[in-house]
Parts: sequence; structure tokens; C-alpha cells
Amino acid sequence: MLSEWGSAIGRRLLALAPVLLGITLLVFVLNAVALGDPARAALGQRADPEVVRQIREQYALDRPLPVQYVMWMRRLARGDLGHSYHQQRPVTEIIADRLPPTVHLALAATLVSIVLGMSAGALAAARPGTALDHALVGAAVLGISTPVFWLGMMLSLVFAVSLGWLPVSGYGDGDLGHLVLPALTLGALHTGTVARMTRSSLLEVVRLDYVQAARAKGLGEWAVLGKHALRNALIPVVTVIGIGLADLLVGAPLTETVFAWPGLGRMLVAAVGQRDLPVVMGAVLIFAVVYVLGNLLVDLAYLVIDPRTRAGAAE
Amino acid sequence: MIRRGAEAPRRRWRQARAHRGFLAGLSLVSLFALASALAPLLAPYDPRWVPTGDQAATLLAPGSQHALGTDVLGRDLLSRVLYAGRVTLSIGIGVELVAAAIGCLVGLVAGYFGGWLDGVLMRATDTVMAFPSLVLAIGLIAVFEEPGLEKVFLVLIALGWTTIARVVRAEVLSQKNREYVQAARAVGVPDSIVILRHLLPNCLGPLLVAATIGVGSNMVAEAGLSFLGLGAQPPTISWGAMLAEGQTFLTAAPWVAIFPGLALLLTVLGVNLLGDGLRDLLDPRFRKW
Repeated sequence: MLSEWGSAIGRRLLALAPVLLGITLLVFVLNAVALGDPARAALGQRADPEVVRQIREQYALDRPLPVQYVMWMRRLARGDLGHSYHQQRPVTEIIADRLPPTVHLALAATLVSIVLGMSAGALAAARPGTALDHALVGAAVLGISTPVFWLGMMLSLVFAVSLGWLPVSGYGDGDLGHLVLPALTLGALHTGTVARMTRSSLLEVVRLDYVQAARAKGLGEWAVLGKHALRNALIPVVTVIGIGLADLLVGAPLTETVFAWPGLGRMLVAAVGQRDLPVVMGAVLIFAVVYVLGNLLVDLAYLVIDPRTRAGAAE
Repeated sequence: MIRRGAEAPRRRWRQARAHRGFLAGLSLVSLFALASALAPLLAPYDPRWVPTGDQAATLLAPGSQHALGTDVLGRDLLSRVLYAGRVTLSIGIGVELVAAAIGCLVGLVAGYFGGWLDGVLMRATDTVMAFPSLVLAIGLIAVFEEPGLEKVFLVLIALGWTTIARVVRAEVLSQKNREYVQAARAVGVPDSIVILRHLLPNCLGPLLVAATIGVGSNMVAEAGLSFLGLGAQPPTISWGAMLAEGQTFLTAAPWVAIFPGLALLLTVLGVNLLGDGLRDLLDPRFRKW
């Protein structure tokens, strides 16, 4: 039993290695291409030649690219993402400052999409083919097609500008009021996907024998759905939460820009504008690593929910 | 499962006409494509014309003179929304044409030949897909000195081919051991002909579905990048760039943000409905939504 878990987890970790290697390689190449001469790019055209030489030596910029890559990886392994000459601070420090707001926002948005999405999906599945079902399905497609940043502006227009219920933008002191609109915005895209997936997955499951059996026992429709159907319907829903991670990370730069949210996404956008390349590449790398590790967690969640995935060598 | 003969297309069309989502999507897409194509005829004003002097008309609310109002420079929003559609739609479709061609080639080669070639190509695909798309797009844009629409075009191609490659490869893998392919190879048909004449046609359904969805994501990505100031630069007009202006005047003149966003939303909705519809019609495995 234990070795089964071990090998299942081991296989997934092993599959992770080439992806992480690919990510770092791509970011490294981007960085190299973007900088041309990194020392000069970092220090500016009028830099003191002596300082440029020192930087070159320090980062081995005169060595061949593969050697530079290995050295860069070593620094990465020590948690060194480089130095922002624009802000005169280590990139890791800058990212660490901006991470908590993004995490708050992402968690709140996930909560929004799961609660709203699963209730809408279950509601639609309970009365398939009715007007309510069609309305919810329509709303889900609409939610998936709405550009996040526009939705953010419209929510802000209604609830902040017109009604004045919530703050227009900003982080506040991390209070709930400031979090509501950004979380709704970022969660909306994914709410539609969760709703669709919950509905079709529930409709699939309710046709199965054991659900029919539960029904034949005389259980009420909601008990059947809640106790028996929902658990099995959870498997694809976990997948969808995994996909949702992509939506969250893609939506973060946009949502954070709309609401002046001091997170990683807005930092990334600002850094591109300032051509602060160490920060750009550091942020891109962090986003990718979070994405990959998030997907790993989803895989591991499968192991818990669905025993079938623990056995066998196939993915 | 694919039955050939004269009956098949006609039956498809009959099914398509009965599919409400597909029809709604087709109508929305045609409407916005036509409106953009005919922008020079339909637009009441020059989209870049800035009225001055006693004609000045900044941030006018929608009314009889300007159906959708004017922006901060007094430019007519209806005209701008129509012209901006050309940019967003051409990026959406143009990018997808190139990306689908690349992805198709990669998928066919990887799936058919397998081995180390498959390994390399699929690791490359995995790597690109390991990034949240917009974040990698922003990182790629940062490589260039100046942002611009032509860079958005290149960057979105660099991201877009991966989905297509995976779809086509999966389809090739499921087809290549069927008898008809084996038979063709057994009688000495060259690989290139097997790929183009036998495998490619069988990939077209899933390819079309994936490419349609791709057009939608390209448009959203372009709008997002332009909204962030990393895409279309003035004087190019795009819905995303208009929305960035709209945000500045959200309180004083909400219409500046409302209309370009609605246009984008309805076009993307149309493309998504079209993609879902095509999947229902072309792929018998998906029959629910």
C-alpha cells in the first residue's frame, strides 16, 4: 500500500524534471536574447567600463552560454533570481513583497469559482432541460467568454462607482472590502468552467447503477446528488480546478492592473514597461513554477480521490 | 465512424442548422466580421478624426450625433469600435492560420515518426504549455525593445501552435495503426503521402475545433496585451487599447469602456459557441453540451 503511494508519487515527480528543465532553459534563453549584453543593458549606456567588466566577470557573461546556464541554475538553486538595477534590490525580495497580495487574491477567486460554479452546476443538473438549466448554461458560456479586465471594470462601475458599496481599487490594509471585486472578477472566468464541468459530470454520474440504487432505496433527490453522485463527480472537478490555476495566473496581471492590486501580476506588467528585465524574468519563472507545482498538487489530489490512479504505470 | 459519400455533408449541414449554439455563434461571428470588413462604409466618421474648435466634442454621451458617444479627444466611438474590430479579428484569425499550420506539421511528424523526434517535439510543447499563456506572452514581449501589434502577432504564434500540435498528434496516434494506414504503407506508399493523403484528412475535425477555440483565445490575448499597454500602440486602434483608455474615464464616461468591451465579449462568445458547436457536430464523443 505504502510502496504503491510511493511509486505513484515518484513517477509524477520524475515527470516534473524535464518540464522544470525546459522552463528554466526557456527563461534563460529569453533573458539572454533580451539583454544582448546583459551587463551593459543592466547598467545603461554610460556605465563605467570598469563596473561593466566586474559584472561580466561576476556573472560569467564572457563564458559560453551553456556554462552561463549552469551558473545561473546554481544561483537559482540558492534562491538568487538576480538583482534589479532599476529598483536597487534583489529580485527575490521584490517578489516576496508582492507575493502575499496575489496569493490572497488567487485563494479568494478560487473560493468564488468553486462555490458559485459548483452550486450553479448542481442546480442545473438537478433540473436538466428546464429553463433554469438553460439560463445557467448560458450564463456559464457568457462567463467563459467575458474578458476578465472588462468584467472587472464593469463590476467596479456598478458596485463601486454607481452604488458605492465597495472600494474602486487598491489593496487597503488587506481588508475584505477591497478583496471582493477583484476576487469576483478573477474567479468569474473559471466559475463558468466549473459550472459546466459539475453539471455534465453530475449528469453522467446520476445515470450510473449505484446512484439508481440509492434512488431506489427512496433517498431524496438532493441526498442522492449530495452524498452519492457528488463524490464521483469530484474527479473531473479536480481537473477543472487544476485548469483553473491557469485561468488564475493568466487573469492575475489583468485583474491586478484593473484594481491597482499590488501583486505579482501588476509588478510583471510594470517591470516590462520599465524594461526591468531581471524582475520580468524572475516573475515569469515564478509564475511557471507555481503553475507546474499546482498541477502536481492536482495530480496528487487524484491519487487521494481516485484509487484507480494509484495502480498501473500509465499516466 | 466517418461515413463518406454525398449524403454526409448534407446530413452535417442539417445537424448544423438544428444546433442552436452553433447557429448563434455563426451569426455573431459573421455579424462582427462583416461589420469590421465593411468599417469604411459603415463608420459615420473617420475613427482618428479629432474635432477641434467649436466642433470639439470630448466625452459626449451616446446620442443622435454619436451613437456610442465620443472619447476624450472627441473621436467617434462607433467608428473606432468598427475599425478596432479589424485589428482584433485579423490578429485572432491570422495568428491561428500560422499557428495551426505549424502545430499541424509538428503533430503529424511527432505522431507519425515517434521515437526521439516525438520526444523532442513534445518536450518543447510541454515546455511552452508549462507557462501560464499570458505570462509567457508578456515575457516574450519584454524581449523586444518596443511593444507593437506585429510583436503580438509573433508572440501569439509562438504560444498557439502547441495546442494544435497536441490535438493532431493524439489523432495521428489513434489512426496510424489502423488497417488503411498499414495497408498504404505495406504497398510502399511514401511517408509524406501517407501523412498528407491519409492521416491529415482524418485530423481535420479536431483540428478545426481546436483552431476555432484558438481564434477566440488569440483575440482575448491580443486585447489583454493591448489593454496592458504591451500590444497595439496608437494610432493603431484595438478593442483592448480602447479599454485601457476607457478605464481612465470609467467614472466620467463609462461608455468609453462599455462598448469596446461588449464588442469583444460578443465576438469571443460567438467564436466559443461556434467552437462548441463544431465539436458537437464533428466529434461524436462530445454530445452533451
